Amino acid sequence: MDKQKHVLEVDEVSIRFSGDSGDGMQLSGTLFSDASALFGNGVSTFPDYPAEIRAPQGTVGGVSGFQLQIGNRKMYTPGDDCDVLVAMNPAALKANAKWLKPGATIIVDSDTFNEKGLQRAKFKTDDPVTELKLQDFNIVWAPITSLTKESLIETELDNKSILRSKNMFALGMVYYMFDRPLNFTEHYYEVKFKTRPRIVEANKKVLRDGYNYAGNIDSIPNTYKIPASTTTKKGIYRNINGNVATAWGLIAAAEKAKLPLFCGSYPITPATDILIELAKHKELDVKTLQAEDEIAGICTSIGASFAGNFAVTTTSGPGLSLKSEALGLAVMTELPLVVVNVQRGGPSTGLPTKTEQSDLFQALYGRNGECPLVVVAASTPSNCFDWAFNASKIALEHMTPVILLTDGYIANGTEPWAIPSMKDYPEIKPPLVPDGATDYLPYERDSEKLARRWAIPGQKGLEHRLGGLEKDFVKGSVSHDPINHQKMTDVRAAKVAKVQDFIPEQEVIGDAEGDLLVVSWGGTYGHTLTAVNSLQKEGKKVSLCHLHYINPLPKNIKDIFKRFKNIIVCELNMGQMANYLRMNHQEFNYLQFNKVQGLPFTVTELKGRFNQILEGK
Amino acid sequence: MGKHNYTTQDFKSDQEVKWCPGCGDHAILNSVYRALPDVSEALDYSKERFVFISGIGCSSRFPYYMDTYGFHGIHGRASAISTGAKVANPELSIWQITGDGDALAIGGNHFIHAVRRNIDINIILFNNEIYGLTKGQYSPTSKLGSKTVTSPYGTVEQPFNPGELIIGAKGTFFARSIDMDVKLTAEVLVEAAKHDGTAVVVVQQNCVIFNDNTHSLITEKEHRPDRTIVLRHGEKMLFGKNKEKGLIMVGNHLKVVTIGEDGITLDDILVHDAKNPNPGVHMMLTNMAYPEFPFALGVIRAVKYATYDDNVRDQLLEVQTGSKIKCMDDLLHSGDTYEIK
Repeated sequence: MDKQKHVLEVDEVSIRFSGDSGDGMQLSGTLFSDASALFGNGVSTFPDYPAEIRAPQGTVGGVSGFQLQIGNRKMYTPGDDCDVLVAMNPAALKANAKWLKPGATIIVDSDTFNEKGLQRAKFKTDDPVTELKLQDFNIVWAPITSLTKESLIETELDNKSILRSKNMFALGMVYYMFDRPLNFTEHYYEVKFKTRPRIVEANKKVLRDGYNYAGNIDSIPNTYKIPASTTTKKGIYRNINGNVATAWGLIAAAEKAKLPLFCGSYPITPATDILIELAKHKELDVKTLQAEDEIAGICTSIGASFAGNFAVTTTSGPGLSLKSEALGLAVMTELPLVVVNVQRGGPSTGLPTKTEQSDLFQALYGRNGECPLVVVAASTPSNCFDWAFNASKIALEHMTPVILLTDGYIANGTEPWAIPSMKDYPEIKPPLVPDGATDYLPYERDSEKLARRWAIPGQKGLEHRLGGLEKDFVKGSVSHDPINHQKMTDVRAAKVAKVQDFIPEQEVIGDAEGDLLVVSWGGTYGHTLTAVNSLQKEGKKVSLCHLHYINPLPKNIKDIFKRFKNIIVCELNMGQMANYLRMNHQEFNYLQFNKVQGLPFTVTELKGRFNQILEGK
Repeated sequence: MGKHNYTTQDFKSDQEVKWCPGCGDHAILNSVYRALPDVSEALDYSKERFVFISGIGCSSRFPYYMDTYGFHGIHGRASAISTGAKVANPELSIWQITGDGDALAIGGNHFIHAVRRNIDINIILFNNEIYGLTKGQYSPTSKLGSKTVTSPYGTVEQPFNPGELIIGAKGTFFARSIDMDVKLTAEVLVEAAKHDGTAVVVVQQNCVIFNDNTHSLITEKEHRPDRTIVLRHGEKMLFGKNKEKGLIMVGNHLKVVTIGEDGITLDDILVHDAKNPNPGVHMMLTNMAYPEFPFALGVIRAVKYATYDDNVRDQLLEVQTGSKIKCMDDLLHSGDTYEIK
């Protein structure tokens, strides 16, 4: 402890915790990011976990990772490669060796690097360092398992509980390296294990022992200082992930609309946490119904919407496929409905725990018939709140289903969030029919939005019938008339197009003209922004146009696009947004940067491609 | 004088009824028109609380013929739509209209789960043992060996007995009627409305075009007294033109007997207990088939059990009373927050 170590001051640092999926790596990462946020750093996190709950111990397939980046300003990504890797076993080292920055520090639990461990991770030799070509990295061989046992030898905890604490030893070591205060995490133990004081004390002891151990060994030659951000606005903050923010945005919208919230949903990775969060909040009049399947999820919500609740349903790609027919019913009956699709790798079951943006076409077009609806996308964990709110406002005021696209990356990623005040959010005014109205025609529309009015069963004298058959343009009764069908098709499209009059213009980050316009949408924002900012600092004429409103697009897209020499559309699919833009604004030439590896972009690869274009390659 | 004094006319919409002439659906519609004024009085429901929700099929056109709130859904999903509507707005009196294809084939999953949850809705299942709207394909209730356009050599699959499925899915209310008996159908519909929980009324309905006379063995007026038995809670299980026949229990089996023969007296005849939670006898009654037995009609099972919608309401109240979080701002500031100064 008394040894004086060199302190390096850095702008940002990226850390990756990795181990068996039962090793508690997600918790270590979360605690580290919470402590850093509290310290005042910018933080961005990304859990990278396997689809199996407990894959065979020690195998590469069962490795769970949690990467985070902290910095002296707002952080938009968890970093491409990491400065520090914690690997709790050989499999974790093997799975994550590709994510290391040159010269990175690797903390390994040396106790696990025995014959059995190496075999399980399928190393061919007994020298993992050479096999993975890690000779140039600073590897800290710490006997974490045995030190944890030693640390808790005097407690009466059983062996299993003791071993479960080794993630806290590793966390203590990382806290030392990055000069983090321990009190926030200690407080966490006290709250989490309120009824089990022995567990609280054990965790505290292991954390401190890890901290002190790191201070005493020579293989950690220096520590890092990452000053608090000076640009962070003052105020009350919390860390939030995208799924919780989505759930809260929906509750906020229900409050502003003065309607009870109903969510019919079926569990599916990575969307389930929205249902879990909503199920907690009965105190705010939230009703959740865990349905028997995805179809019942949306159909119970359609029934609830007909009956006068603000209804939502939550899902991921395969679930959206199952909901397609019912989405058509919601379009036809022109009822408000928000469908949240937390995108994951596809097609079919695909990569359930990995991120992708390949459901865009499905959201836009995946239904029978001419079936337009509104599509919007959130772009960061915390702004899922705002986009859930915006999606709800459009659904309720324009009487239309809205699909909100998020993805596994922002759904599970966290960031500090300046807690907003509800007084800063607009009222939501659905076109409800007042009691006592006598002239109600269910498909009569207002001229501004072309939205029909919403009469709720139970209101006297407003009895009417809705359904999936084509409606008479005026009366709303069933009509098979050819000209009427054309008119209804036109007006359903026009209603969605009219939303354009009620959304803000698209913003450009950077100069309004230049050599390259980067176009992105949804959860890639952090990476495209960081890449563009970095090139701008180098004096390059690059700007970013990041889309949230997808259908309809904002009005001024054309005015933006025409001021740039090149346009590149970056997305985690094979070019769906690029093709959508070609359909809508065919006069421009769109370059593409696409990736479908179940992973976010890296800032490095984006910059590499942008530089190529700028250099005329 | 009742409170609402509705007549059947109050529930008729201005839409032309477009079922085939002679279709059993007309009779069921009349039964509903007849039942609703009585339901209104019995439960003090004003007209705007009635909602008719359907799926797809001939029967599912039903909501258009009612001057009530209505929702014509998509194939098989009426149970889910009804469930959502009832949970969202528990004041409503939900009537789901469905058929044997809609409820038991494409919508089978939603149907059994609605029944299992015991959500307070009424389901009228029109059982004509055929797909009518798609022109004559066999359904999950078509008799084994039925020759249809998609089974030209006869079906090779066992049909469902809807009642068996309902009781198996923990159903709390199951009644059965036949389309032609408008009075009996209306009577069991009123009972269904009074029941708290999922009430399923299966109506044996004739499709005059694609499956004519499928139920005629039991429904022909002259044979009906001998081939059907109308069950009423607390009453003896008697049938026959002069109520001379009845059901007794021999060992674990039901048996048809004639009063006055083999020393059988009225005292030996079983009394129907629809409220018995044990579904054993209800299942036997449900499975009775002609010619060995009369076909059971009336309310076969009506058991009291907590409803889903009541439980939802109770839980909401309980959580709301105990929570410090009263609005979104409270939630935003709950739990772990920190201040940047």
